[in-house]
Amino acid sequence: MSYFLLRRTIGFLATLIAVSIVVFAVMNVLPGDPALTILGLDATDDALAALREDLGLNDPLLTRYFAWVSGALVGDLGISHSFRVPVSELIAERLPMTISLAVAGMIVTLVIALSVGIYAASHHGKAGDWATMFLSQLGIAVPAFWLSILLVLLFAVKLRWLPPGGFAGWSDPVAAIRSLILPTVALALVQSAVLARVTRSSALEVMRQDFTRTARASGLSQRRILWRHVLPNALVPIVTIVGMQFAALVTGTIVIENVFYLPGLGRLIFQSIANRDLPTVQALVMLFAVIVVTANFIVDLLYVLIDPRLKART
Amino acid sequence: MMHIQKSLQFTAFAMALGFSVTAAAAADLVIGMQQEPTSLDPTSDATASIDGMMTQNVYESLTIVSENGEVGPNLATAWDVSEDGLTYTFTLTDAAQFHDGTAFDSEDVLFSFNRAMAEDSVNPSKGIFKPIENVTAPDARTVQIKLKNKDAFFLFNMGQGDSAIVASESVDTNNATPVGTGPFKFDSWTRGDRLTLVKNPDHRDAASVALDKVTYRFISDPAAATAAMMAEELDAFPGFPAPELLEQFEADPRFRVNLGSTEGEVILAMNNAKPPFDNIEVRRAVSTAINRDEIIDGAMYGKATPIGSFYPPHGKAYVDLTGAYPTDTAKAKEMFEAAGVAGSTMTLRVPPFPYATRSAEIIQAQLADAGIDAKVENVEWGFWIDEIYKKQNYDMTIIAHTSPNDMGNFARGPKYFYGYDDPKMTALWENISTEADADKRDMLLKEGQQYLSDQAVHGFLFQLPLLGVFRTEVKGYWSSAPVLYTPLKGVSKG
Repeated sequence: MSYFLLRRTIGFLATLIAVSIVVFAVMNVLPGDPALTILGLDATDDALAALREDLGLNDPLLTRYFAWVSGALVGDLGISHSFRVPVSELIAERLPMTISLAVAGMIVTLVIALSVGIYAASHHGKAGDWATMFLSQLGIAVPAFWLSILLVLLFAVKLRWLPPGGFAGWSDPVAAIRSLILPTVALALVQSAVLARVTRSSALEVMRQDFTRTARASGLSQRRILWRHVLPNALVPIVTIVGMQFAALVTGTIVIENVFYLPGLGRLIFQSIANRDLPTVQALVMLFAVIVVTANFIVDLLYVLIDPRLKART
Repeated sequence: MMHIQKSLQFTAFAMALGFSVTAAAAADLVIGMQQEPTSLDPTSDATASIDGMMTQNVYESLTIVSENGEVGPNLATAWDVSEDGLTYTFTLTDAAQFHDGTAFDSEDVLFSFNRAMAEDSVNPSKGIFKPIENVTAPDARTVQIKLKNKDAFFLFNMGQGDSAIVASESVDTNNATPVGTGPFKFDSWTRGDRLTLVKNPDHRDAASVALDKVTYRFISDPAAATAAMMAEELDAFPGFPAPELLEQFEADPRFRVNLGSTEGEVILAMNNAKPPFDNIEVRRAVSTAINRDEIIDGAMYGKATPIGSFYPPHGKAYVDLTGAYPTDTAKAKEMFEAAGVAGSTMTLRVPPFPYATRSAEIIQAQLADAGIDAKVENVEWGFWIDEIYKKQNYDMTIIAHTSPNDMGNFARGPKYFYGYDDPKMTALWENISTEADADKRDMLLKEGQQYLSDQAVHGFLFQLPLLGVFRTEVKGYWSSAPVLYTPLKGVSKG
């Protein structure tokens, strides 16, 4: 176990270092002068030079890289070029929105996918199986932003049941939940379509195995067989996909937050790229990378917990 | 007894609620904005939406520009110009004070100007302070500004957000919590979502402010903007981002669609410093090859006014030169052949704005018909600023010039990205920018338009429209934009 853990941890850290180098290099090689973007086309050379000095753009690249990394390690992500406040403050402001959305999206995804997947597996080859798999195929094919627009047109513009976008924070929980419903559904439907198919095939696989047959022969009810025996054993591939999906949900918020004008990290990254706000973009790309890499790392660890056979193999 | 009391209480409660709801609904305005600024200080950041929300609402300047472009008094109630046109003596109002309670006087004006003019100043329009020799304050209500040379646009520029009067006590935090002297006070800003202003009851002109509260909501996606208007989440979207989506508002009695003008001239810029566009005949051939009506129909869904030179059609000195080069593909082809460039390939590098990318495709087709192969390259804004604007590394590009009084661009010499260097135009602008007599200046501006059209410096396409969607009960909002700001004083709802 410790060897396995060590290997995974080294891989995890190496990935993060590589990502930080790539992120920094890409951001600083891209054409475009942040000072000019902030001051506009009519800015004089004096004003540009003053701002460039102010933003620390005149230091050598390597100095800036190490300053960035060593700062980031202690939670100092620099000062946003355009907002002129600490990047960590901006991220802290936006994090609750994105996390609320991603967690809600994950819960809805799990509820839909597990029930639909198990239902389809237990109705294997029948009309119910066929219908749910057709719907999930449709769900995979639909782009999230298009689905979002349809949802808004129906539930916000036509029926007036829910707000078309925006999020004022958790101080009014009812309003907060109301404004999260549509984006969560838009985010979760595509993901649950994917996960439902995985759940179904994984469950079918398990159902074909001897111990399920034994359970059935010993007279257990279908429901009990499904939830007590099939699902736990089908979990390994499901957990893999869920791990990747959580990462996809977090990054998927970029699209959803822009369509629903929600004040989260996805919208911030969009705005920061447009503003050439290097410290903010760097920090956000790095944060998204950390989330993705960490999600994979946790999935690796979970494997071992769920299926101890894997530990022996690794 | 108990029962009666309860129902009475309930009625009182309901009435209070009912009243407060109607009162709030009448004086609360929710405005949609496409671009969210990153700072709220117009004196240190060029983002247009800062001016849109803050200038002349939260901040005030010495003068103010009206909807038809005329300069009027504001923090300066009157001024006197010396005989030689070089010394301006401003009399300041004694009824203004900053929102944090600090007093307003000539010290604040001195501070603001010295800050903008300082060596390390990051004022985005530092250029408008260039003509200033010095600023002095003989007493608390008087400010005297001496100019190095005559500047016809000086009083106009003093009304812009770049010359907003700020206080030394609050200037450092104006980025996020702006403090000015204006009719509205900053209330709150949830970044990425909304910004709220409230009426300043202590303002000297508070009686003409009808709104109690104004909320700006930031919505960049055109489809989301449409949905938010349709769901009545917003009262107004003054800079509506998508002309193609306006039809449904025009058909809906709840809304009023406004087609106003801006100071934005959209041009097909040609690199005058580089062959083949250093040849006037080639530039004239391009002007002959393009068809503005097709471009406006295709790129702006018909919602823009064509221009034939570099001046807004709503301006007093405007001359209609759209007929100077009638579209004639066959003739353009001959002209390209005569100049020896027929069949050649050139780049058309376009920034990521819908008006530009859509126009580019149509222009590409029109040039192809005339025998020129224009390669359209869609580039990022950062790339555009670096490669095209700064390094002049381009053949053609499409861009809107949104500043007022910007014919001076053609007098900026070969270092400006036009690569245009013409002593005649430089001298003409010199005359324009120092002519104090408005009528004489207008004559010169007309001459300038004629000259630029004759020289075919660029392909002049159309004036950027100001497309706005308003609920019918919203009244008093500016329909055109001679400056970057839109005062909320005078706007009402219901």
